[in-house]
Amino acid sequence: MIDADFFKDFGRKTIITGHYGSGKTEFAVSLAMLTAEIEKNQNIALIDLDVVNPYFRSREKRDMLEKAGISVYGSLFTEEITAELPALGATVRAPLEDKNSRVIVDLGGNDTGALIINQFAKYFQDSDTITVAVVNANRPDTQTVENTLEHIKSIEKITELKVTGIVNNTHLLSETTVADIIKGHKLCSDLCKTTNRKLMCSCYPKGLIDPKDLNEIPEPLMPLGLYLRPSWLM
Amino acid sequence: MSNTKKVLMKGNEAFAEAAILGGCRYYFGYPITPQNEIPEYMSRVLPKRGGHFIQAESEISAINMAYGAGAAGGRVFITSSSPGIALMQEGMSFLCSAEVPCVILTVSRCGPGIGGIQPGQADYFQATRGGGNGDYKIPVFAPSTVQEGADLVYESMALADKYQNPILIFTDGLLGQMMEPVALPEPVVDIKSTDIREHKPWALTGYWDDDKKRNTVISLRLQPERLEEHIHKLFARYEQAEKELTRVETVGIEDADVVLVAFGTMARIVKEAIDMLAAQGIKAGLIRPISLWPFPYATFDKLTDKTKVVISAELSMGQMIQDVKLGVKDRFPVKLLNRTGGMIPTSLEITERTAAILKEIGG
Repeated sequence: MIDADFFKDFGRKTIITGHYGSGKTEFAVSLAMLTAEIEKNQNIALIDLDVVNPYFRSREKRDMLEKAGISVYGSLFTEEITAELPALGATVRAPLEDKNSRVIVDLGGNDTGALIINQFAKYFQDSDTITVAVVNANRPDTQTVENTLEHIKSIEKITELKVTGIVNNTHLLSETTVADIIKGHKLCSDLCKTTNRKLMCSCYPKGLIDPKDLNEIPEPLMPLGLYLRPSWLM
Repeated sequence: MSNTKKVLMKGNEAFAEAAILGGCRYYFGYPITPQNEIPEYMSRVLPKRGGHFIQAESEISAINMAYGAGAAGGRVFITSSSPGIALMQEGMSFLCSAEVPCVILTVSRCGPGIGGIQPGQADYFQATRGGGNGDYKIPVFAPSTVQEGADLVYESMALADKYQNPILIFTDGLLGQMMEPVALPEPVVDIKSTDIREHKPWALTGYWDDDKKRNTVISLRLQPERLEEHIHKLFARYEQAEKELTRVETVGIEDADVVLVAFGTMARIVKEAIDMLAAQGIKAGLIRPISLWPFPYATFDKLTDKTKVVISAELSMGQMIQDVKLGVKDRFPVKLLNRTGGMIPTSLEITERTAAILKEIGG
């Protein structure tokens, strides 16, 4: 299961990209919470660079994250979480400058949402940065290797970052089945094999799927909590 | 159940795709949060499916482009959010007067004025009473899931043609922005532009070949006798719509101590609250109007004397409550349970406030 080794593959700085709706933000929040739980003495920073989405953003969970010891950075208008202003505060640079911080960057959806990262390019040139793409094979635009690759390439083109890792986050919310995750795993491993990328992990919804049923998946399995959805939306 | 046909879609994407599958070939839009994924989707996808996307210079332009394309027999879908829908009100009255079909979807946010971008239901009056001039009505459907929204958009593309009138789909920001599994319907057979005359003999298709006959689509009728006759014709159709389009979902209303009335997003929170109330020994029921006009007044006649109070649960200062009172006909006290300004109550808050109302009226 998830141990300290799991996090090494994600580098000191992890940039999380993907199609909007792929589950980037839930993955980013879960990754931060798991890191805080397992790597106790780390400074963990979650940088929310999602300025294109008006709802369901990671900074909405600021209180929960800060209680878990995670610093949250994002829009300049931190108190005005509903403001739709694509403005970032200078403090976003603090964890990027600090070589001891573990940084998780939650980027906006698609290539348009990812564009904002270019102003921080100088922080992401080193080998300590890993850029991953979150893939949900149940999203209409990422159901084949070709479509998914086209999507990843459009993000790479606009951000000038190389997506080296793939996260299989194939789900249908509360209707997710083992078959969905296996289907997504096949898509992601085919994509990784043909394009020389690393399949980082497959995610499963905590409490809904028993990880024992996913034995055939050799890569790590990561439990995902649905932190951003209220219970009546399940 | 097999999920093979289901995909995970954001509400806004699913509504756009459902419109295309329902035959929409013309979309005119102007950006406004929280519905921007719709024009974005349409600009990318509609041209590839044989349709036309135009970014209008304002919402006023968008509805008037819809008026033109609809009058020419095209299947039109337009969308906006609260202040943008406000700008379209004049056009809606014109479309009704001129008998031009169109499907309009609002992804409602908060007002008044420019308000905020979080979800709200304070456009209930705007949707059901309208801000345009004159005697007109627009059927309004209010889905509470992404699936229901997609199904209603799809069906409304045909209903608008049938009633030769706009149809309004009332969603809110949460429904537009949330992701949910959706099974999409089959595409309808596309009406070729050369076949419009056959399907819509009233549409503007130029001169008919044989006798130089041509159609006109007008909203101006200066002779009072002719205008009165025209309005009666429209209202005969509205009467038919009241019979055919009234839709409602009910949950356990027959023997409920308290009946909550809620639509859209609010109905989902209320459903969870009903289970929490049951755990406290309070039997609560739900009336969920799916059509806001025609409103399901008759459903309230099914409430029994066991019911002590009816609660209108709304994301506004209380607008639907007026229709609830018309339905209740003074048989029970009617109370308001609301949040506004973009605040969404939790199911626990609804549970506690419902229990408090029951206690207050001595239930």
